[in-house]
Amino acid sequence: MRKFLSSPAFWRGAVSIVVFLVLWEIGARSKAWMAPEFFAPFKELLVAMGFKKDYLPWIGAVPAPSGVLKAWVAVLAEPGYWQSWYMSLFRVLGGFVAAMIIGIPFGLMLAVSRVAYGIGFPAFEVLRPIPPLAWVPASIIFWPTQELAIIFITFLGAFYTIVINVLGGARSIDGRYFLAAQSMGSSNWDIFRRVILPGTLPSIVVGSAVGMGITWEVVVAAEMISGGGSQQAGVGGGLGFFIWNSYVGGSYEQIVVGMISIGIAGFASSELLRWGGRYATPWLKLR
Amino acid sequence: MHMRTQSTRGQISIQDVVKVYDPEGAAVMAVDHCSLDIEGGEICMIVGPSGCGKTTLLNAIAGFHEITSGRITMDGEVLCSADKPKSEPGPDRIVVFQNGALFPWKSNLENVIFGPMMQRKLDRKAAIEKGRAMMADAGLSGVEHNYPGEVSSGMRRRVEIVRALMNDPKVLLLDEPYRALDSLTKSVMHEALLEIYYKNKVTIFFITHDLEEAIFLGHRVAIMTTRPCKPKKVLSVDIPHPRDYSVLTSKRFRELIEETNDAVHEEALKAFQAGEKEG
Repeated sequence: MRKFLSSPAFWRGAVSIVVFLVLWEIGARSKAWMAPEFFAPFKELLVAMGFKKDYLPWIGAVPAPSGVLKAWVAVLAEPGYWQSWYMSLFRVLGGFVAAMIIGIPFGLMLAVSRVAYGIGFPAFEVLRPIPPLAWVPASIIFWPTQELAIIFITFLGAFYTIVINVLGGARSIDGRYFLAAQSMGSSNWDIFRRVILPGTLPSIVVGSAVGMGITWEVVVAAEMISGGGSQQAGVGGGLGFFIWNSYVGGSYEQIVVGMISIGIAGFASSELLRWGGRYATPWLKLR
Repeated sequence: MHMRTQSTRGQISIQDVVKVYDPEGAAVMAVDHCSLDIEGGEICMIVGPSGCGKTTLLNAIAGFHEITSGRITMDGEVLCSADKPKSEPGPDRIVVFQNGALFPWKSNLENVIFGPMMQRKLDRKAAIEKGRAMMADAGLSGVEHNYPGEVSSGMRRRVEIVRALMNDPKVLLLDEPYRALDSLTKSVMHEALLEIYYKNKVTIFFITHDLEEAIFLGHRVAIMTTRPCKPKKVLSVDIPHPRDYSVLTSKRFRELIEETNDAVHEEALKAFQAGEKEG
């Protein structure tokens, strides 16, 4: 840990974040002395584009990081904020785990059996281009609760990516491994367990990491569209709804709090998956 | 003088084998009425330019590909013939591939004990014991728990040969196993292979395009014609085993190279003119 704190990589990262925050703070405070006269030369053009005369787009319209931090500290004490975290995390995990449980065997089946591929893949390929968010109305109608509808949409976000990665990974296993295993007396089951499964594992890890990223994108949008799902007495409908609610309530600092919260959540879950992936495929760290 | 233990085990007889590839109706003859007898316990080197069809023969013996006609027997039993064009792959004929086929996700030791475990010939404890002993014999002590990706390419080849021998095969089929190695590593590998051979005395069917390698290692060297492939000249190497690297500078070795170099060069030229690329 001490080594990490003194490493150039850590310091570069720290400088990057600090510089970003400082520029943001300066930008947010610049409202007073820069806009809108600053834009005078472009004013006619901007007005023609539909901007209002007294309100021009400028970073000054964004809440300053100091204000965001204040709003964040205030919100930390509210159970509603933590409830939002919990709800989003629950939906992401639900959808993601379901996508793994269904997607990995499905992908392997497509890769292993020509019959399964012939029957399963065309339908899969027709459904795959449909964006998960296009499923929102249909899934609200179909599923008995909004909660299930949102989890289903999150599931879709990860499912396609996982299946495609598993299928591609299993198919790109070097043919010599199969021949070698066969020569050494492996049964079909042995080949599946000891060649196909470990050979596909790196692709499963990659597919899961990408899929996890998509679930966070999807869950936020789904929560916004569906109005947050179960919202008993206004208590947290997920981070996506938290952002939407802050917007409706006019609390601009809280919007940014919600955005950064999602960033942290997505980063943490990706990091966790990467760590798990390294643990599951120790032979890959050598390259 | 050959120091070859005449063994009836692992005797391969290639009889009048023909292999025609037929991609989209344009028949290409890869092997043309090829006959070759390999004695049990012999190191038989197959020399020919790349793409001449020698790997086709190896694949037919291993049971990876079909033959069109003719037949191949091992110890008198038919492996494949016109009636049964593809033999079953089995632990009695193990291939060591050109670029290696160790499972990257298994440690070297786990790779080595794979065969006996699959065939349920040994329990895990006995397999590990035997694997460790054979790895030690091949100078591989200390890398048992490394992954193949963690050791040098020369070591990987040795691990793969040990993995093959753990199956107690009748014949070892080597498909240019040292091709990707630098010449220094290669020379070490040649001596290591001979050392392993002297301890195990298994029939070795060794494909190469390196004439020096062939004469250094082989009891006999079969120089193949380029596509279609059949023996052009079979040379008996009358340099006694066991051999070590001093052989390379001996007069007899040089004479044998001179005797055969023309034949090899002629085929390489033909292959080149036919547009067969090295690769």
